Amino acid sequence: MTGLSAPVRPSAIARVNPVAKLAVAVLISVALLLSIDVVSASVALALVGILLFWSGLDARGFWLRTAPLWLGAPFAGLTTVLYGKDSGDVVASLGFATVSEGSLTLGIAITLRVLAIGLPSIVLFATTDPTDLADGLAQVLRLPSRFVLGGLAGLRMVGLFVDDWRALGQARRARGVGDAHVFVRFTSQAFGLLVLAIRRGSKLATAMEAKGFGSHARRTWARPSTVGRPEAVLLLIGAGIACASIAAAVLAGTWTFILA
Amino acid sequence: MPHTFSRHTAGARVSAAGWGWRHAGRLAPAVADLTLTIEPGERVLLLGPSGAGKSTLLAGLAGVLGGDEEGDEFGDLRIDGKRPAEVRGRAGLVLQDPDAQVVLARVGDDVAFGCENLGVPRQEIWPRVRWALDAVGLQLPLEHPSSRLSGGQKQRLALAGVLAMRPGLVLLDEPTANLDPSGVTEVRDVVARVIEETGATLIVVEHRVAVWQDVVDRVIVLDPAGGVLADGSPDAVLRTHGAQLARAGVWVPDFPPTLPARGSRAARGDELLVSRSLTVGRTPFASRTALPAASALNISLCEGESVAITGANGAGKSTLALTLAGLLAPLDGTLEARPALSRGLRAEPGRWKSRDLLTRMGTVFQDPEHQFLASTVRRELAIGPAALGLGDAEVTSRVDELLTRLRLGSLADANPFTLSGGEKRRLSVATILATRPQILFLDEPTFGQDATTWRELVGLLRELVDSGSSIVTVTHDAELVRALADRVFELQPQSAVAA
Repeated sequence: MTGLSAPVRPSAIARVNPVAKLAVAVLISVALLLSIDVVSASVALALVGILLFWSGLDARGFWLRTAPLWLGAPFAGLTTVLYGKDSGDVVASLGFATVSEGSLTLGIAITLRVLAIGLPSIVLFATTDPTDLADGLAQVLRLPSRFVLGGLAGLRMVGLFVDDWRALGQARRARGVGDAHVFVRFTSQAFGLLVLAIRRGSKLATAMEAKGFGSHARRTWARPSTVGRPEAVLLLIGAGIACASIAAAVLAGTWTFILA
Repeated sequence: MPHTFSRHTAGARVSAAGWGWRHAGRLAPAVADLTLTIEPGERVLLLGPSGAGKSTLLAGLAGVLGGDEEGDEFGDLRIDGKRPAEVRGRAGLVLQDPDAQVVLARVGDDVAFGCENLGVPRQEIWPRVRWALDAVGLQLPLEHPSSRLSGGQKQRLALAGVLAMRPGLVLLDEPTANLDPSGVTEVRDVVARVIEETGATLIVVEHRVAVWQDVVDRVIVLDPAGGVLADGSPDAVLRTHGAQLARAGVWVPDFPPTLPARGSRAARGDELLVSRSLTVGRTPFASRTALPAASALNISLCEGESVAITGANGAGKSTLALTLAGLLAPLDGTLEARPALSRGLRAEPGRWKSRDLLTRMGTVFQDPEHQFLASTVRRELAIGPAALGLGDAEVTSRVDELLTRLRLGSLADANPFTLSGGEKRRLSVATILATRPQILFLDEPTFGQDATTWRELVGLLRELVDSGSSIVTVTHDAELVRALADRVFELQPQSAVAA
């Protein structure tokens, strides 16, 4: 029906408990957020690139999922180059903005950083089935099952929303209000979708309750979610990438701690 | 792994003593003063006019009516002598909307969901899941995506989820109202078989009596004024109360809805719409290539003609209607509006402005909720005429006329979303009639409607055709085709067309 429910291809990373993947993504992100410099981001990006070979993603799947990142990262960098804090020699002055050596370096660092944080997050989750993630969150991290399963059931409805959105657009055209400005049309249609979403949500809640959801019985889990050696290995790799990127930056003398 | 549990579950005993329920914020109770006993293993068809509280009773037995904030409870309702909330899982409920009941993305996980909630040990869950899927005849891998099931299959999946909980009481709330005829039979036969096999007590709410007549051994009719109107074997109840039930909108086999005699018809007029080798289809989300739903279609429609589009599920009926109605671009071939319809516009309806469609072609969608835009019924009806730029006096006069004609007058200030199913259907038709289009397209207008709404709708559509409008109806409803269509355009499944 929609690309949202694409099955996860089997791969080494797909077999790892999603909770471990979540931990790795957080670990790398935190390490990279501590400093803004070119070296730590480049090292992390290069090492994450190697990890991609075990993700099982084919070229089309990879580019399709990471496309927003490849567009967004250079844009974030460009903005920094033009409007970031200037330092060093001025390379070019455009009237509305100045490009200096300092803002140029900063821009490249930002671009690499967005990529290095975004790529592992997107790739780790492209290899994760939402149901498995929910199992992990509830059984390994012991998050409340109501919260986790409510979110999971809501996620399944996203596919229905795609069809609802299409039908809403056609219905508006049939009602004679489809000629409005695209912004007006979008806003009003989005409100219509919200109303439908709430109605669908409350129906789904009744159906879940009818199957004993939220009863006082102690819930069991049909699918075990465990952590073991593969998770430990992935965590070690993640920690290794984080440490290597920080160490390389410190050794190269480019490490600039943002809180310092 | 061998089944470690018995398939047979002791049927539950249901008893109500002066039971009633009033939804929060309502003056009148949905159910009042209900006293009855249903013995273990009985199979009951619960009937009554809409608003008699059938669904409320099922929700009460399933324990999903909620607490004090949701409403007030009176009297006593018991399953095996205990309150329903104390014995969650003893009763299992299947609802009307197939899309609203799938909880998880994989078929096996979805069936296991109820067992997990009831705390069934893991090693017992999977044998139960496999047995339940087998019992409802869904021979699919456990990993099969639940989104890729037909409506009938989704209802069987919902039933499997209920069966896996091994309930002593199976509650079905209009489980086949949203299904096409083959889906209705498919679900009914599966229910009959599993109830036989498990020995569970069955209560089914449905206004088409013929579907369940041979499955149940008892019929209970609820009185909207409170209590029970009739109770007994199907034959006895239908003999004594059949005519009364039919008047209240229940489909009783011996009392089909009667339509008024047809008046004289306007002569067939000019050709309005013609297609040659038309291919229709849509482009799935995040995909580059369009999927054809039907092709090589040659259709012609004249003024004052009524055409029914029929065919199996997935044959492309709705897609074809959307394309003809100018809401979806044709994939291939031509669709031409003749001068009598285009009246000076270009020949491709898909490229007209939304406003230009209003007086030419109107579409009533299958789900009325997709069409509602305003916060009151009156404002809803005014949208089309206002978009045409008509004066205030003309808009008011058209709205008032439709409110009266479609018996919506007392609901003029109600929110469209709060209306009953039949009222929503009448309103969705009225919103389109307000701009007086030359052609009216309707997608499954009689799905899930009771006999009263059905009769009113057919009467209204006949009047339109007789006065010279054209109607195109997408439908599975053979009665509707008989009552309304001059011509039937039957779509063959795509596999036959694609060659």
